[in-house]
Amino acid sequence: MEVDAARYIGAGIACLGMGGAGIGLGLIFGNYLAGALRNPSAAAGQFTNLLLGFALTEALGIFSLVIAFLALYG
Amino acid sequence: MASEHGGNTLDPIHQFEIQNIYPMEIFGIDASFTNSALYMVLTLILSAGFLIFSMRGRALVPGRLQSVAELVYEFIANMVRQILGSEGMKFFPFVFTLFIFVLFANTLGLFPLPMVFTVTSALIVTFALAMLVMVVVVGYGLYKHGLGFFKLFLPDVPVILLPILVPIEIISFLSRPISLSLRLFANMLAGHVALKVFAGFIISLGSLGTLGILATVMPFAIGVALTALEFLVAFLQAFVFATLTCIYLRDAMHPSH
Repeated sequence: MEVDAARYIGAGIACLGMGGAGIGLGLIFGNYLAGALRNPSAAAGQFTNLLLGFALTEALGIFSLVIAFLALYG
Repeated sequence: MASEHGGNTLDPIHQFEIQNIYPMEIFGIDASFTNSALYMVLTLILSAGFLIFSMRGRALVPGRLQSVAELVYEFIANMVRQILGSEGMKFFPFVFTLFIFVLFANTLGLFPLPMVFTVTSALIVTFALAMLVMVVVVGYGLYKHGLGFFKLFLPDVPVILLPILVPIEIISFLSRPISLSLRLFANMLAGHVALKVFAGFIISLGSLGTLGILATVMPFAIGVALTALEFLVAFLQAFVFATLTCIYLRDAMHPSH
């Protein structure tokens, strides 16, 4: 029983890491938007970099989700 | 999580189970034909079939299907040219194959097909792909530069910093296949689990009577939105995989930065 409880608590704590990914994604998209509004003509050229940064950052958040799943089901 | 943990009906993990379709053994090694193998074969047939079928006309003014194939080709070709330069175009077939395989495997797992299985949601598959990339990177680096390839681990800094930086460079190089494979695997796993969890909400809400059935609109709407997001992620992760492959290959081509 206690092991189960600890497992759920651990999964919850592991998911906190996704908050960091959320902050990072906000920074990426916010800064992209700020830059794009200042210089709209250069925005299109940086779109692949935006997607790359999005995927790299999102992956880190998802790593913590995987740890949560490992704690729940592993 | 779904209410009946471990049960078959509402278990979001059940979709990742490998099921045997045709059991067989080769020299005592279990080489059964599983649903994973089935969808790998399907991915191969569909991707090759799509590219061959769409390009069979080779019209100067492309039709609808041909322009899709040309769009994908140009997209990856531009990316490779941008990162590796025109002398790196010899790696284009390799990168394009990886991209198409991952893209089709990711996308195929999102369709409601019988025994559907996302090939890339198995860690061993993505790890094999990542190790293939690493073998190509190290092999080409050693072939092209010999021992000069190891200059990759010598950053251009004052000598006094080298004892700290060289181990960091080596560790970061060795963790590349892990992060490359785990990124793709985790994205696919998390996306599919999220879809199934919201689908499970619909079932558990629907059993609550009329009000519950009315409320199922919400998880259903989220499910639709998530499916759209998953298609984006499926494409994006294939693109990221191809881009990172290119970046690693660039290290093999120019190890001294």
